[in-house]
Amino acid sequence: MKRIKHLLGEAAYYIFILVVMAFFGLPLLWLVLTPFNARATLAVEIPQPFTLDNFQQVLNNTFAVRALVQNNMIIAVGAMLGVTLIATLSAYALSRARVPGSSQLTYILILFSSVVTGTAAMVPIFLIIFNLGLIDTYLGVIVVFIGGLLPAAIFIMRDFVEGIPRSYEESALVAGAAPSRVFLDVALPLIRPGMMVIAIWSFVQAWGSFLIPFILLRSPERMPASIAVYSFYTEAGTPNITLVAAYSLLYAIPVVILYLFVNWRYGFRFFGGIKR
Amino acid sequence: MSGIQLDRLSKHFGSVAAVDEVTLQIQDGEFFALLGPSGCGKTTTLRMIAGLEKATAGTIKIGDRDVTTLAPRERDIAMVFQDYALYPHMNLLDNIGYPLKVRGIPRAELQQRVTEAAQSLGIDHLLNRRPAQLSGGQQQRAAVARAIVHHAQVFLFDEPLSNLDAKLRVEARGFLKHLQRQVGVTTVYVTHDQAEAMALADHIAIMEQGKVVQMGPPLEVYHRPRTTFVASFLGSPPMNLLRGQLDLAARQVRVNNAAISLEQFRGWDRLVEHAQQNVNVVMGIRPEHLTIAQHEIPQSLTGEVYAIQPLGAESLVIVQIKGEPVSVRLFTDDTPQFSGRVWLAPDLQRVFFYHPDGELIA
Amino acid sequence: MEQKPPILSWQSGALFLVPAFLFIAVFLLFPFVWIFYLSFTNQTLLGANAANPQFVGFENYARLFDFDSWLNRGQFGSALFITAQFVIGSALIGQVALGLALAIVFFRRKGILRELVYVLVIFAWIIPDVVVAFSWVAFLNRDEGTFNAILSRLGFGRPDWQLEHALLSVILFNTWRGTAFSMLLFSSALATIPPSYLETAEVAGASAFQKLRDILLPLLQGHILTDLILITLWTFNTFSIFLLTAGGPAYRTEVVSIYTYRIAFQFFDFGQGAAIAVVVMLINLALALIYLILLRRQSVYT
Ligand SMILES: Nc1ncnc2c1ncn2[C@@H]1O[C@H](COP(=O)(O)OP(=O)(O)OP(=O)(O)O)[C@@H](O)[C@H]1O
Ligand SMILES: [Mg+2]
Repeated sequence: MKRIKHLLGEAAYYIFILVVMAFFGLPLLWLVLTPFNARATLAVEIPQPFTLDNFQQVLNNTFAVRALVQNNMIIAVGAMLGVTLIATLSAYALSRARVPGSSQLTYILILFSSVVTGTAAMVPIFLIIFNLGLIDTYLGVIVVFIGGLLPAAIFIMRDFVEGIPRSYEESALVAGAAPSRVFLDVALPLIRPGMMVIAIWSFVQAWGSFLIPFILLRSPERMPASIAVYSFYTEAGTPNITLVAAYSLLYAIPVVILYLFVNWRYGFRFFGGIKR
Repeated sequence: MSGIQLDRLSKHFGSVAAVDEVTLQIQDGEFFALLGPSGCGKTTTLRMIAGLEKATAGTIKIGDRDVTTLAPRERDIAMVFQDYALYPHMNLLDNIGYPLKVRGIPRAELQQRVTEAAQSLGIDHLLNRRPAQLSGGQQQRAAVARAIVHHAQVFLFDEPLSNLDAKLRVEARGFLKHLQRQVGVTTVYVTHDQAEAMALADHIAIMEQGKVVQMGPPLEVYHRPRTTFVASFLGSPPMNLLRGQLDLAARQVRVNNAAISLEQFRGWDRLVEHAQQNVNVVMGIRPEHLTIAQHEIPQSLTGEVYAIQPLGAESLVIVQIKGEPVSVRLFTDDTPQFSGRVWLAPDLQRVFFYHPDGELIA
Repeated sequence: MEQKPPILSWQSGALFLVPAFLFIAVFLLFPFVWIFYLSFTNQTLLGANAANPQFVGFENYARLFDFDSWLNRGQFGSALFITAQFVIGSALIGQVALGLALAIVFFRRKGILRELVYVLVIFAWIIPDVVVAFSWVAFLNRDEGTFNAILSRLGFGRPDWQLEHALLSVILFNTWRGTAFSMLLFSSALATIPPSYLETAEVAGASAFQKLRDILLPLLQGHILTDLILITLWTFNTFSIFLLTAGGPAYRTEVVSIYTYRIAFQFFDFGQGAAIAVVVMLINLALALIYLILLRRQSVYT
């Protein structure tokens, strides 16, 4: 009786895993297999015949290549630098200085960052960028990303800085270093792993985002890859599935590589709310 | 080099007085220990001397300079932290050389001086390792090397040995004292380990709830504790404290129904003065100043043997007198053979009497 | 009261905070205030009302809450109703429950199966929106899609998901997309439970179900609440299903975020869009306050 119960339990376990793997795996599998298939359909199939032509064709499309290599890079790198730099400075100040009003700032940050979100902020942010004359510029998209990603980045960074014992900096102060040197020689190197995580996180966020460039950009030559993919598969007529799949795969690869890198380098650390 | 003077130094955290009007004179070149239980304000005092914590009131002088409001780097001090604070991203050479680097010392001289400091601590073969690749004892020496490398006027230590195991701690005590004698720099050493303070310091100050309750050479403090708090803090096991009543007419103290004659007692007059107000006293006697016997002896207390602890060169006998434990130290090589009812006679030359609220009477 | 001595002077600290403050003021605080103002105007992108918007009072709100046509397809009430179903389906039942189930099933299990499932679930979470939307368009396709291929093999026919079960398909999609967060949150919470808790119960003879009910779930309670609120907040505001259905067919998947987009950026009626945004923000605010209160209550206990 007990044996049967145990066997049933094991069977249920494997069936559950099978269903979950199918559910999560099949859409991904299609994405991986289709680009290598010369005659792909919308079904998951072993590439037959196997080909790399699709990638070749994608690379011949200057619009697609520019979107990915130039536009996406500029936007994601810009957002990454801005977010990492500003979040590091402010998180350090929040943790290590006693600035009047800084605890209120943190509170506002918690509250407003979850209240003024994409949906609610769409209209005013468009109008702000419009009035700043930054519609259809990289800069406009970058500053909006920075503004949107900053609250979460500051939280993650602040927790990280709080985790570093103050005695490191104090011993440098006692050793005779001026505050600016303490920051550069001692604090920054200690915060660097946190900065790496923030940098990668913000890069990935900006890299994959659709809504903000969709609203703020106009000209095709500035569109990032997300909009390129979207316009490929929604455009009139039947989209060329294999090409869009090949392009999508290229577009997704950096994100996957960065994820694997973070996982390998820093082990698995759970940062609450790291992705929205 | 120079001494340190604290004048009515205070630190308040909100309504808590972590350090309360501490006044101390620390002589040039001496090894000074700040001793006290957890939370008594030792670290806070040390950090105010370092400039890491702002004094709420009072002044700090190093040598002739009033440093109360100076930044840490303007005070010419070196400090060893409890967690060592060795920078994980620098190797030992850069760690130990950091105070020299910020002073703009050229690389060649820096390397030479770091090597010298490391040699004197026996860690010169580890200079290109990172802190994570060192044992606890090696890290501790590296932290000390970083403190001595730039010839500061004052060394500050905050429980530098508390992360070491018992054996290493005794070893490190030896080299710290030796080193301090060699370089002769004024040293303030914070610890809650009374044995460490006694072993190392020229002078100790005992703190209780933010105040210094007694200061002096370790043996003087040990042999003449000014309060029951100090008495119960120093020594292992600490001084036995027993409640008693004075009997002026009989010139006796009664402790637990035993009467001990005070005919010979040196401070009788002060006891008489005290007894005018209050006949209650606390009698203090160190474990090594009690004689124990299996049969009745004159002028003695009696109780039951509770436990016997042989420790090698000495042994401890714990005797319960009316439910209160009293320790007796015996310097014998054998396990003492006592059992059942025993009699304890105090050495009246070494007895102290305290006011019930802790102050020494005589 | 804990007072850490500053390492940085407050002046330098303030300097370090200036850039962050500027961004937060411009992109968080200012929009919050401005949107209220906009919601009382007839601001548009083009035309006369673009430069000189007029004050229209509660007109925008009146149009939102016009209860005669409120629940008609493509109206605000309908969008709210669809959003509620979407949130319950994909956030509560989908992401939170599935994430919890995955974390518990794989609790204290190691091996290739666990790694494989975790990697798949996490990849579904991190790959860019448009890419996963594209693969789901393929996955759900009526004639060629893999989903129907499997269903028809199992004898369930070939429904046209995007037409016949549009809301269900975006719920499935969003569950697929976001389960990773809950799964990771719960499995890291479970990993902090000391083994002795369960071992004590085992020694006492508890069954697997009893251990789950009496030990694991009570210990996870706080995490479940946190997760529920955060996931609800994010799902309520997500725009990604636009990439799958654009709100169609016939507004049947038009959640509030897509509705806002349509009003503001297809009809360019910013005043009306702002009024919707105000309502959205108030709902967000309520959720965030609940979250903060729960958070505070939790920190009292621990
Ligand atoms: N930053 C702070 N904020 C608030 N109170 C503090 C702070 N630092 C110390 N205190 C309080 O001041 C008192 C003295 O603390 P201090 O760290 O000086 O004690 P200590 O003697 O070094 O103890 P320990 O042996 O445990 O290190 C304690 O009651 C402590 O709670
Ligand atoms: Mg301390």
